[in-house]
Amino acid sequence: MALERSEVEKIAHLARLGLNEADIPRTTETLNNILGLIDLMQAVDTTGIEPLAHPLEATQRLRQDQVTEQNQRDAYQAIAPAVQDGLYLVPKVIE
Amino acid sequence: MHQLTLAEIAQGLAAKKFSSVELTQSLLARIAQLDPQLNSFITVTQDSALQQAKAADERRAAGETGALLGAPLAHKDLFCTQGIRTSCGSKMLDNFTAPYDATVVAKLAAAGAVSLGKTNMDEFAMGSANESSHYGAVKNPWNLEHVPGGSSGGSAAAVAARLLPAATGTDTGGSIRQPAALTNLTGLKPTYGRVSRWGMIAYASSLDQGGPLARTAEDCALLLQGMAGFDAKDSTSVDEPVPDYSATLGDSIKGLRIGLPKEYFSAGLDPRIAELIHASVKELEKLGAVVKEISLPNMQHAIPAYYVIAPAEASSNLSRFDGVRFGYRCEDPKDLTDLYKRSRAEGFGAEVQNRIMVGAYALSAGYYDAYYLQAQKIRRLIKNDFMAAFQDVDLILGPTTPNPAWKIGAKNNDPVAAYLEDVYTITANLAGLPGISMPAGFVDGLPVGVQLLAPYFQEGRLLNVAHQYQLTTDWHTRTPTGF
Amino acid sequence: MQWEVVIGLEIHTQLATQSKIFSGSATTFGSAPNTQASLIDLGMPGVLPVLNEEAVRMAVKFGLAIDAEIGQHNVFARKNYFYPDLPKGYQISQMELPIVGKGHLDITLEDGTVKRVGITRAHLEEDAGKSLHEDFSGMSGIDLNRAGTPLLEIVSEPDMRSAKEAVAYVKAIHALVRYLGICDGNMAEGSLRCDCNVSVRPKGQAEFGTRCEIKNVNSFRFIEKAINTEVQRQIELIEDGGKVIQQTRLYDPNKDETRAMRSKEEANDYRYFPDPDLLPVIIDDAFLDTTRATLPELPPQKRERFQAQFGLSAYDASVLASSREQADYFEQVVGISGDAKLAANWVMVELGSLLNKQGVEIDASPVSAAQLGGMLKRITDNTISGKIAKMVFEAMANGEGSADEIIEAKGLKQVTDSGAISAVLDEMLAANAEQVEQYRAADEAKRGKMFGFFVGQAMKASKGKANPQQVNELLKQKLEG
Repeated sequence: MALERSEVEKIAHLARLGLNEADIPRTTETLNNILGLIDLMQAVDTTGIEPLAHPLEATQRLRQDQVTEQNQRDAYQAIAPAVQDGLYLVPKVIE
Repeated sequence: MHQLTLAEIAQGLAAKKFSSVELTQSLLARIAQLDPQLNSFITVTQDSALQQAKAADERRAAGETGALLGAPLAHKDLFCTQGIRTSCGSKMLDNFTAPYDATVVAKLAAAGAVSLGKTNMDEFAMGSANESSHYGAVKNPWNLEHVPGGSSGGSAAAVAARLLPAATGTDTGGSIRQPAALTNLTGLKPTYGRVSRWGMIAYASSLDQGGPLARTAEDCALLLQGMAGFDAKDSTSVDEPVPDYSATLGDSIKGLRIGLPKEYFSAGLDPRIAELIHASVKELEKLGAVVKEISLPNMQHAIPAYYVIAPAEASSNLSRFDGVRFGYRCEDPKDLTDLYKRSRAEGFGAEVQNRIMVGAYALSAGYYDAYYLQAQKIRRLIKNDFMAAFQDVDLILGPTTPNPAWKIGAKNNDPVAAYLEDVYTITANLAGLPGISMPAGFVDGLPVGVQLLAPYFQEGRLLNVAHQYQLTTDWHTRTPTGF
Repeated sequence: MQWEVVIGLEIHTQLATQSKIFSGSATTFGSAPNTQASLIDLGMPGVLPVLNEEAVRMAVKFGLAIDAEIGQHNVFARKNYFYPDLPKGYQISQMELPIVGKGHLDITLEDGTVKRVGITRAHLEEDAGKSLHEDFSGMSGIDLNRAGTPLLEIVSEPDMRSAKEAVAYVKAIHALVRYLGICDGNMAEGSLRCDCNVSVRPKGQAEFGTRCEIKNVNSFRFIEKAINTEVQRQIELIEDGGKVIQQTRLYDPNKDETRAMRSKEEANDYRYFPDPDLLPVIIDDAFLDTTRATLPELPPQKRERFQAQFGLSAYDASVLASSREQADYFEQVVGISGDAKLAANWVMVELGSLLNKQGVEIDASPVSAAQLGGMLKRITDNTISGKIAKMVFEAMANGEGSADEIIEAKGLKQVTDSGAISAVLDEMLAANAEQVEQYRAADEAKRGKMFGFFVGQAMKASKGKANPQQVNELLKQKLEG
């Protein structure tokens, strides 16, 4: 399954990666090389095989419903690019 | 002093031959002097290291003991360290001062270990050459024109060059074992869930495991002892008691059944490496091990499956780097989409972007079954192969890598060629098994590693066998010229 | 053309846990921005989620209450999309294997008929933060206090056929989650939010029309208005030769219109996959049994019991059982007064209108169940009449004390002494001699009408305190005699 330029642009948008116009042909080629490697997998017969999401197949532990966190806003926002009045700032959100 | 192993340091500190402060000062001086050649550190934490060393000396003076009390080490720069830059080798996190400590960091600090700094790595642990770091390539101390392997390449180069006795690393597809092999170290990837992932910046959550890199199996045992254990903050952490890894190092390996997968010795393997692997098998046989051929029929499918699963998880794990709450943010975003797209395109390097794109594609509508689900089914086939093999053998042995360290830049424009170098290591990650790489000789002056894989939670067995092997061989004691 | 409306609802209920679904942060509403946002809620590098047991238990409670199959092996998945209120770039939700499978809920419509609404599934997920659109130098502000609050998303079948049915269903879910104690139901604070999937089709057509989703409608009244507005829009669109396009819309209550959401214009590809940081959740039989044991009596059972035990009508029983607080209040009143029908009437009519007037919920009622029960007891033991009771009730609402205190203080005790009543009647009849003459001369039919006049005069003369039954009997004797 070779990717077209338009698909590469679509994926880049999904992943919110700004593509440089000049880089698109090379990115497309690289991705197609990688997909060529991955596509070798399609030949494997996996009929009746259950997917394995986690190697150990353990089950989820549950946490007690207790508040254990204190307010640390100042420390956490000290590393933020833009804050005001305790809020993280982003360009206007349009609903 | 820089030639001392962790075990020797523990003895020296206990016998008061030197203090942790003296040792730390000496190694910091060595780093300042030699690391410019290697680029193995992203951040050297001189002040906090000396404080930790002083505190360790005081604890010892107050009667405390412990193998890691006052022992110097460094962390791969994806373990979060409170108040210290944690960059993941990325421009994205160049300005990221972690607001908390990873569990591994906290545990080792509590044991009294002294952290000298944060080591260089492939960006977001994606790579096997340590060339994708925002902070530049790391050089292999055995030949400065060659790569040290990756992604824990900074940890490996620093330990191999005797800047440190040991360092932490992480292994998602071989990122501890492969650089260990390429720099003549011993490196262990524990069973998935053995070491907490809390604070270890994720590449691929179901594959990532932290572990030790050191010059000897004995030191790996000491460091793993400090890293391993259940952590309630990590849902995938396993609540199993941690055995005393040092206690079983001396056990006899007589009767140990070692399997050699016939698939390992195919055309892709450098024949000189094959020869060294067979020589290491002979050594183990001399120690009483019994060797038989086995088969891992689905091994060849591991690379494609891995390069779907790891990028898929990564594409999602790396979505949080969006320029909003931490990390890199582009200049003057004109709107929200622009903020995302430029922050991420400018903050991530090419290989990270490749993998994010591959992962997003593999999970996207219409391709999920063909890629992601198929990869997970192959993952089960691979695990089943191992489970079947471990019915007949105790350990599986083979090369860690198909080739010795390549020249810096040689595979830069060909990610697929680099991916193929992972062929021997990634199956352990897919199956969640523990594996160790230990020195097995040299090809053209470059180190070669032999890998052992064991059933779940048998890290002790791996360390035991590696230690016995290292008692009768001296590959691991070789020091690169100039270091 | 005759149109049929088809509505399915997705209701997001915030579960009433102390801490968040995957972190130990508090879930308190209204705290200063980002003071309840921990490392995990902020999606900091390296953090990991651990699941809150109480959120799981609450979801299971809901599943048991709607008679659903419980997903004893359920899995958390990541829903991937970029939005500033979604810190990790993905929402942890459930996709293929939700915790609650197919179930159903019976709702009572206004005409008293009962309708069964299918519930497709209910799954656990984390809430997002909030974008504040006030101007911060041309920017939006992000508050992540809400991020990670546990949500149970309840997805219905497209079973509703009118806005009124939809509201009845939301009310029934609202009552149920409050009954179960798994959600405070505070819609103004967003504890229960509703997405409405609305489509229309010509009556008799089997296939559904193209639907639009109205996002985040947050009151019963707006749900009804938003659906009706959207239905109208779709019908007009089709009748004008247009086509409904599947899209996500927002309801603007000020303009009473819906508009397409700009942020949802592009087709989303959420790339769901199992969250590798979380393992499958296994709900074993022991967990189910202990959870089942904590279930309270639910509205349907309560309704049936009220009918059987108290002889109430189906409608009265369902109104009284519709909220747990009201049902508890009612039962307390019955317990004290001993007269269920009287209690039902007073709780639904007099108390209902009082609460309505004051705009308070029953748990903040100015007249307690003990007070009302005490007063009704005085009606049944003939201490006061129903008419006097209304005065007493008003006084209780004004905080003047218990019924007995008020009756005593105001001298409202009913007169039951026949001698005393007889004397009052004699006086009254003497004063109305002319009417007595007319009465006696009138035929049977006319007399009936006139009798009421004398009763009224008698009650007036006794200041309402004479026992009405005795007045009736004595008056009859005196007029006939």
